[in-house]
Amino acid sequence: MDLTQITYLVVGCSFALYIVIAIWARAESTKEFYVAGGGVNPIANGMATAADWMSAASFISMAGLIGMSYNGYGGSVFLMGWTGGYVILAMLVAPYLRKYGKFTVPEFIGDRYYSDAARVVAVLCLVLCSVTYVIGQMKGIGVAFSRFLETDYETGLYTGMVIVFFYAVLGGMKGITYTQIAQYVVLITAYTVPAIFISFQLTGHPIPQLGLGATLQGGEVYLLDKLDQILVDTGFEDYTTTVRYSTLNMVAFTASLMIGTAGLPHVIIRFFTVPKASDARRSAGWALIFIAILYTTAPAVAAMARLNIMQTIEPSPGAHMTIADRPAWFETWERTGLLGIEDKNGDGKLQYLADAERNELVVLDNDILVLANPEIARLPNWVIALVAAGGLAAALSTAAGLLLAISSAVSHDLLKGTFMPSISERGELNASRGAMALAVFGAGYLGLNPPGFAAGTVALAFGLAASSIFPALVMGIFSTRITREGAIAGMLCGLSLTLFYVFQHKGVMFVADWRFLTHWGDRWFFGIEPNAFGCVGAALNFVVAIVVSKVTREPPAPIRRLVEEIRLP
Amino acid sequence: MATLTPEQRAQYWRRNRNLMIKLMIIWFLVSFVFGILLVDQLNMLRIGGYKLGFWFAQQGSIFVFIGLIFYYVKAMRRLDKEFGLDTE
Repeated sequence: MDLTQITYLVVGCSFALYIVIAIWARAESTKEFYVAGGGVNPIANGMATAADWMSAASFISMAGLIGMSYNGYGGSVFLMGWTGGYVILAMLVAPYLRKYGKFTVPEFIGDRYYSDAARVVAVLCLVLCSVTYVIGQMKGIGVAFSRFLETDYETGLYTGMVIVFFYAVLGGMKGITYTQIAQYVVLITAYTVPAIFISFQLTGHPIPQLGLGATLQGGEVYLLDKLDQILVDTGFEDYTTTVRYSTLNMVAFTASLMIGTAGLPHVIIRFFTVPKASDARRSAGWALIFIAILYTTAPAVAAMARLNIMQTIEPSPGAHMTIADRPAWFETWERTGLLGIEDKNGDGKLQYLADAERNELVVLDNDILVLANPEIARLPNWVIALVAAGGLAAALSTAAGLLLAISSAVSHDLLKGTFMPSISERGELNASRGAMALAVFGAGYLGLNPPGFAAGTVALAFGLAASSIFPALVMGIFSTRITREGAIAGMLCGLSLTLFYVFQHKGVMFVADWRFLTHWGDRWFFGIEPNAFGCVGAALNFVVAIVVSKVTREPPAPIRRLVEEIRLP
Repeated sequence: MATLTPEQRAQYWRRNRNLMIKLMIIWFLVSFVFGILLVDQLNMLRIGGYKLGFWFAQQGSIFVFIGLIFYYVKAMRRLDKEFGLDTE
């Protein structure tokens, strides 16, 4: 069997598995649809949360971002940010919301801030941040299909839409939970197997976390020292110490990802499925363990794959690879446009240098570090097929979780909670399925238009969650004094400021021509890049909410009792 | 579940909050301080091929985060028991 056939077989089997699980675990009631019946084992929920959480970006792009764009140490913001958020989630958010015991995040905000308006604003924030995030997943599905199955991007995207639509609409939270568990197993296997092989080849250590700190095979030189030296020799910056823009930018970036994580509605609602508040804490701990398996492997993949690429091109100092004899994978990935070479000095050899004038590896996409990793390390075909299935599992599981968050906000908060309180349970269930279908098509459409939008979405989703939802939740739990006016004003200010900052620098919907106020130039607020801006939006949210609460009438007495109640397990 | 007096409720919440503050200080130390602010100083020390600051930023902080959550789970279970709030 050739590679394409094996890939079709492995991906096909994984899809069949997800669909079988979805049919077996389909939801019959709104409680099953929204919170899987509320009786999920905390460890199982931890695993489902890990799959829900780890998106196509974590699986396909993160190692490449760390290894290349963020040049090693700078990429630490993703590693600390996307894991440290779970500490906040486990202590400040999840147990209290579980204790509250309702179905959605806006429902809590509406009740705590005694206002339907607050609930509708929360729905707006949720939908904005979840829709932008789901577009990123649709793009991931399109990319994985087009790279591995040689279809075009659109076909990949449509296929992904059909699969997600089928099992998310049918199964609701219950179906999604059990499919996510299967998807976790697929994606973590697909991520760790190539990493183990590569670590073993390079350092003799099968555990990548140890391999990264070890010496290279057959020598006394540490892997990271070697990488530092090769990069410096070719004109790049040092791998282990180069800061991303500035220390302040790194702090802001990490903080934004952390609080964004703790404010993402599709992650929070996963903790509504366990039996009680103490289970929510335990479940967050397990989720982080399952996530950490990938997140501590990723920096090893980043450094090792980067080293492999550098050494393939320049096996020993001054001896460059002859272009005519380049390995087969090189040509494969050139066809997909992720690699591009141009023999500028006409010597028939390939020079990869930091200097753009003389660099001959003119295209080197970040994603190649994970996608081409098995080929670069000459691993068998089944490993490559597994990576394809893993990338799809990561994208599908996150997309399904997001779609559920969107549909439950629309059917439960907007219809049942605000505009059509008399709707029957059956009617609400149908409405949530309808809302999910709409969300799938909306996300599919935005995955194609405007072009370029999909690429920037994940970072934007974190910024929005950090600046709008997280502060409202934390203040709602930790203060009895924040009023509805304060919360609404805070959410709207945080949301608008973040949207404004990101779109001002990157263009509305990330279309460069749709930038506005361009005469302001590219001046960054204290040198903080747009992707790291969520924490500034959050700070504004806190300040506005506290100030407005000081000048508005105190929340009524039942609200104080509600807050006291959720603080007890 | 046992019903608590308002004083007991306040005390339960205070102890929970103090515990959170302690753990959040460690959380802040291993990530923002060791991983970012003091990274250059820590990088002068090494464990194997890892510079220590780099290790905290890309590995160590994550392990500590896991430890923090499970310590919190255990401490809260003890606290719940003390106040008769464990509903097993």
